[in-house]
Amino acid sequence: MRYLFKTRYEQDLRIARQPSDLFWYGLLLAVMVVFPIVAGEFYVGEVAGVLIFAVAGVGLMLLTGYTGLVSLGHAAFLGIGAYTNAVLLAQGVPFAITLPTSFVVTALAGIAIGVPTLRMSGLYLAIATLAFGSIIGNVFSKWNSVTGGFDGFPVQTPTILGFRIQGANGIYYTSLVVLIFVLWLAANILRSPLGRAMVAIRDSEISAQSMGIHLAKYKTIAFALSAGITGLAGALFAHYVRHLAPDAFDILLSIQFVTIVFIGGLGSIHGAIFGAIFVRLLPQAIAIVRDDLPFGIGRMPGLEPSLFGLFLVLFILFEPGGLYGRWLKLKQYFRSFPMYKGSTFKRQKAYAKSERLR
Amino acid sequence: MSYFEAKSIAVRFGGIRAVDDVSFDVNKGEVFCIIGPNGAGKTTIFNLISRIYNVTDGKLVFDGQDFTKMPAHRIAGLGIARTFQNIELFANASVLQNLLIGRHTHAQANLLAQLCFLPSTRRAEIGHREKVEDVIDFLELQRYRDTLIANLPYGVRKIVELGRALCTEPKILLLDEPSSGLNAEETEVMGFWIEDIQKDLGITVIMVEHDMSLVTAVANRVMALNYGKVLAMGTPAEVQRDPEVIRAYLGGDP
Amino acid sequence: MQDAARILQLVINGSAAGCIYGLVALGFVLIYKATEMVNFAQGDIMMLGGFAAYTFIATLGMNYWLGALLAIGATALFGYLLDVLILRRVIGQPQFQVVMLTLGLGFIFRAAAGIGWGYDSIAFVTPFTNKVVRAGGLVLGQDNLSIIAGTLVLCGVLYVFFSRTRLGIAMQASSQNQLAAYYMGIPVRSVFSMIWAISAGVAAVAGILLSPVSMIDVNMGGIGIKAFAAAVLGGFGSIPGALVGGIIVGVVEQLSGYYLPPGTQDVTSNVVLLAVLVLRPQGLFGQTIRKRV
Repeated sequence: MRYLFKTRYEQDLRIARQPSDLFWYGLLLAVMVVFPIVAGEFYVGEVAGVLIFAVAGVGLMLLTGYTGLVSLGHAAFLGIGAYTNAVLLAQGVPFAITLPTSFVVTALAGIAIGVPTLRMSGLYLAIATLAFGSIIGNVFSKWNSVTGGFDGFPVQTPTILGFRIQGANGIYYTSLVVLIFVLWLAANILRSPLGRAMVAIRDSEISAQSMGIHLAKYKTIAFALSAGITGLAGALFAHYVRHLAPDAFDILLSIQFVTIVFIGGLGSIHGAIFGAIFVRLLPQAIAIVRDDLPFGIGRMPGLEPSLFGLFLVLFILFEPGGLYGRWLKLKQYFRSFPMYKGSTFKRQKAYAKSERLR
Repeated sequence: MSYFEAKSIAVRFGGIRAVDDVSFDVNKGEVFCIIGPNGAGKTTIFNLISRIYNVTDGKLVFDGQDFTKMPAHRIAGLGIARTFQNIELFANASVLQNLLIGRHTHAQANLLAQLCFLPSTRRAEIGHREKVEDVIDFLELQRYRDTLIANLPYGVRKIVELGRALCTEPKILLLDEPSSGLNAEETEVMGFWIEDIQKDLGITVIMVEHDMSLVTAVANRVMALNYGKVLAMGTPAEVQRDPEVIRAYLGGDP
Repeated sequence: MQDAARILQLVINGSAAGCIYGLVALGFVLIYKATEMVNFAQGDIMMLGGFAAYTFIATLGMNYWLGALLAIGATALFGYLLDVLILRRVIGQPQFQVVMLTLGLGFIFRAAAGIGWGYDSIAFVTPFTNKVVRAGGLVLGQDNLSIIAGTLVLCGVLYVFFSRTRLGIAMQASSQNQLAAYYMGIPVRSVFSMIWAISAGVAAVAGILLSPVSMIDVNMGGIGIKAFAAAVLGGFGSIPGALVGGIIVGVVEQLSGYYLPPGTQDVTSNVVLLAVLVLRPQGLFGQTIRKRV
């Protein structure tokens, strides 16, 4: 075991807790920056997809992992961000303005759906966001004058500071910058009173309230931030797909997002990244083994969603800490080898706790 | 004008009068204890004071301010903090984080400053840490600072919950059965904490308690309840001698 | 007169669709009342019930009534095992874990049904298929009428079960106070499994009644979201509320399909759902509930 000796309160406020963290994160950043130079265009595009999903994953993690609210309609927020960005770009607004506008518009949409539903228990929010996602999906496909209906429309190539953001490399670097910004934002949220209030709401609403936390206000802030960040991901997504059409933003995409946070590991930003990698790479893995699977399983139409469902079920039953929880266990195993004891992480015995008064 | 006053408060759930025409006042600096058999309405009174329930009738006044209709989240800002009977800590956060959440009413930095973690936020955070460390020192919680609540023994959780309430810098502390789930020795220690809170920190304490040894040790005045009504009020010795109270606890002819 | 008949016909057809939503919603409510879990796979269990009936009736050539009964029984058994093998493990975990678990299970059921029965819409012959009743200018499909009649019969059976039988009363007791029921000697865990069985059986009835109207396919579980609207409208804890809510949703959907521009019918139930959540979150019959401290 390693112990970190702290001599000043400020040490708790640093993003990198240990000097070695700084080294590893720096190395990772360097690898990410060099990656497009050494890798082929296909791989750069794939990783860009992971980065965009990671942005959305961080957004949903703040809501689900830290505030304890489940949204089954985040695809709609991705869509709102994507359409806002693309429609404004088509009007000739510069990218430097459309990108933040996507954030603001989506956050406002989040407030619009959040204010009426957040007063109720989390269950209603899950149902309400499911309905909201379906309504927004219909709006995308029916509002022909703005969204181009079912056919959609091509997204213009954005320009920033005179550089045209095009090709896999362009979208890769833009997404990397946005992801770093969002991670910085999330780290700030989590080390300030806002983040603590979110965690308090997640763990016990009643005592959060008696500590002076205005539940509706903080839930709405969390929801708006989560939606806004997902909107940023949406703006990037519009350029990633290049041709925007409503069928991309269906319920399956929303399920993929919640899969990111559940499989990645609830309550950890690392988890959002791990989850995004998992969710983006699973279809690739399927594509590779598709032809080798017996009984034509590989050709089955519902294969991908059912695998997501299967992994979701397996993780919830057997590894509620998600991939990040598994990673922590591995690290602990090697650090304390050969003294590792499995019960260190044993799940606490839980009893049916009633949310009801009677 | 007393420091804290409940003026004939009542609450009904459906047809049941859980609290019926209860009046009491609490003087600044005293330990006021509410006793009574199970279901007498003790915790309900706490829930009325912390505004989790609405009173059907009556008035609640603290320090000259009527807070009968104040929203629940503003009660802490008023200077009233509480603990819960069955511990309502934030289970997946560390002791330190739990105590810092107690600082929430004092952390009203604006949203943008928090999102960017401006130097002002950083300074405020360090200030909160200093206050929290005072509480950690006061309650001797140093060794548990970074432990998750889920991994703490029950007795320590009780102390942490007390600490979280103290971090709000309350004027009045509501303790809901501070000794429940503790053994005799831990209960005695809890008694010492309560005395220290009263004498050293000058905080007024209202507590609900079953353990009469703790009540006699710390309480200045006691109110006995049964079926939502006041049976007796006075010093611990007076209340214990009261025939009505004895009948409520031990049974007998009504 | 022509208009009045038209509206009446829409209302009856809407009520038939609404009964299906109501039955699926009933499944949600039964499970929610007892275990505080919400089963997002309820619609998919209905789909499995429909396919089970197809197997017994079309594939094995059984009599309609016998096949339907067997299918209901098989689906109920499936619901029972689902609780025993999987859902019992997550009792006491946060509510959203259960939401995600059942959502995941729903996708697995869909894939399993796709492997077992294929991805095409299929149907079996029922005594009500393609028959109509003419009464005073109205033309009503027997299939729609059979849904309404079937729902009424089922509700009667459930009412008698919950108010007159030992098991039914034990179920009511367990959902009102688990601990007290346990102390009274009621085996709460197996009672919960029985509730899962009943709600799966109810879903199977819905699937069987629906099959002559809209055929069976793997995606018919999408009805679940409309059933949510029904359950929320009814207050999410009230059994008659779920049925009334279902009928309201069904009728509104039919009327909006007729009077409003095309495409609005798809979102009607969602709009109703959101409107209820905003305007009257406790539903038409619900009571507000809070956690005890």
